[in-house]
Amino acid sequence: MRSKIFTFIAAVFFLTACGTSGEDSGAGTGSGAAATSQSTGSTSTATTSTAIPGPTPGSQEHLVVNVGDRVFFDFDKSDLKADGRSTAEALAAWMNNYPAVTLTIEGHADERGTREYNLALGERRANAVYDYMLALGVQSNRLRTISYGKERPAVLGSNEQAWAQNRRGVFVVN
Amino acid sequence: MQKSIFRLIAFTLVLGVAAVPFDPARAELVVDITRGFVEPLPVAVTDFDGAAPGDIRFGQDISKVIADDLERSGLFRPIEQGAFIQDPATLRIAPKFGDWRLINAQALVSGATELQADGRLKVEFRLWDVFAETQITGLAYFTTPANWRRVAHIIADAIYKRLTGEEGYFDTRIVYIAESGPQNRRVKRLSIMDQDGENHRFLTDGSVLVLTPRFSPTTQEITYLSYVGDTPRVFLFNLNTGQQEVLGNFPGMTFAPRFSPNGNSVIMSLARQGNSEIYDMDLRTRKVIRLTNHPAIDTSPSYSPDGGEIVFNSDRGGTQQIYVMAGNGDNVRRITFSAGRYATPVWSPRGDLIAFTRIYQGEFYIGVMRPDGSGERMLAKGFLVEGPTWAPNGRVLSFYRQEPANAAGIVSSKLFTIDLTGFNEREIVTPIDGSDPAWSPLIP
Repeated sequence: MRSKIFTFIAAVFFLTACGTSGEDSGAGTGSGAAATSQSTGSTSTATTSTAIPGPTPGSQEHLVVNVGDRVFFDFDKSDLKADGRSTAEALAAWMNNYPAVTLTIEGHADERGTREYNLALGERRANAVYDYMLALGVQSNRLRTISYGKERPAVLGSNEQAWAQNRRGVFVVN
Repeated sequence: MQKSIFRLIAFTLVLGVAAVPFDPARAELVVDITRGFVEPLPVAVTDFDGAAPGDIRFGQDISKVIADDLERSGLFRPIEQGAFIQDPATLRIAPKFGDWRLINAQALVSGATELQADGRLKVEFRLWDVFAETQITGLAYFTTPANWRRVAHIIADAIYKRLTGEEGYFDTRIVYIAESGPQNRRVKRLSIMDQDGENHRFLTDGSVLVLTPRFSPTTQEITYLSYVGDTPRVFLFNLNTGQQEVLGNFPGMTFAPRFSPNGNSVIMSLARQGNSEIYDMDLRTRKVIRLTNHPAIDTSPSYSPDGGEIVFNSDRGGTQQIYVMAGNGDNVRRITFSAGRYATPVWSPRGDLIAFTRIYQGEFYIGVMRPDGSGERMLAKGFLVEGPTWAPNGRVLSFYRQEPANAAGIVSSKLFTIDLTGFNEREIVTPIDGSDPAWSPLIP
């Protein structure tokens, strides 16, 4: 009896989890071109195609799909790496396309440092992105920075993989 | 503890009983805290006597708090009350020292409580040297009955001071950050409690991220970091009024605040355009003075007790290290040169030592060193130990210990105290997880 309930709960949780992750990352799967068939009813054999709209241009989802919303840093470092610079360049181009968009650049650190130093390090990382964006021609009044230090990891866990994902700058559309 | 590796020694505790019973001037117990560890001093803490049933219950509760304080210090071993031979009623007339010698008590604490006609509680206690058969000290207090815990702590402080020669630290409080929830959505609340974990209170509701609280020397104010309005800034929290106030209007993140020793100013970091510098703000005039001027990270400042110097954390040498400068920012010199990274320096209230966090080969340590960087000793070690804070007598530290995330990604974080010698590590039990402890001065 009890194990059945557990199984049921686990199943529900699993479905919920799938639904959630689909919302988070899956915005990209339908970026415009994809279309799926929808049955209009059991009485008709005819089918009509409905395009599932992609993310709203200029939205956070659109940013995630077209540019990516984060860059990563090495341990105790705040200089943008080559792939981070590419991401920032794509971000600057994207912002050119959506002149109304303003961004917050979050700076984050992994848990392997002390709290106050990591706040300073997160600020330095956010500003490394900020400075590069200015150099690429983005206006300063469209950018804001905030440091969360080690307070808001993206990936749970106390291992190298998690820490590498947590040493990051994140772009948030305001 | 890795004594051999980290040279935990230096001065360790001795509980030597000065055995010179025939010299009247020295016919007293002395807990000598300058030599090697022997063992905790056996002490008999009796239930304080009383005439009315209410008085008796107060007496039992007070006795328990005193015994617990003394036990947690690691310097005393309260004897099980079941072993006591003499009863409280006759003890109130005079101790039968032979009865206490039989159970090997070296010191004896007796007392009485009495609710007064005016509603106040009278508490008196006496501390006896069992072998010299003398009263060492005796004091009486009048207080509101609701204050009975404080009186117990004050008595424990008096006993500690009389037997060690050092000021006590039991009549103090700890402000810290209570934590709950998963790592990526950790709810953090400013919280306060007595040093023994009692009288616990949440000061904020958890809706806003708060970090790194520190007491003012008056113990009536806390300075801390709050993300109110999604902007990290230094705040003041007034414990009398509950009022929260942002400190200054800076064009960037302010963080790492700490009061000056006289309480007239707060020293903190201001991060702007990727550069953190240290500033001091006068709390009356709100005048701000910049103390560092370097493109590196400069943070975690802490004044020496006389205000003449400031110890802080900087990576101007390439990695996080500890530096000392004059109170006006002059004469900056690095004091840490061993392997690893150093952080969170805090000057002892006695001025003789600086406590710090060290990160070395993937592990974290809490340690102490002299202000010139010599005499470094590690006291505690772990996956993540951080943020030491001193008890007001400079003999005990508190810090927090975070364990690695478990398979479900859940972390645990607890508060601990440890003796300056690296012995006697104890958890401070809190209702939920905790971090960033800050010890108050003795309550005025």
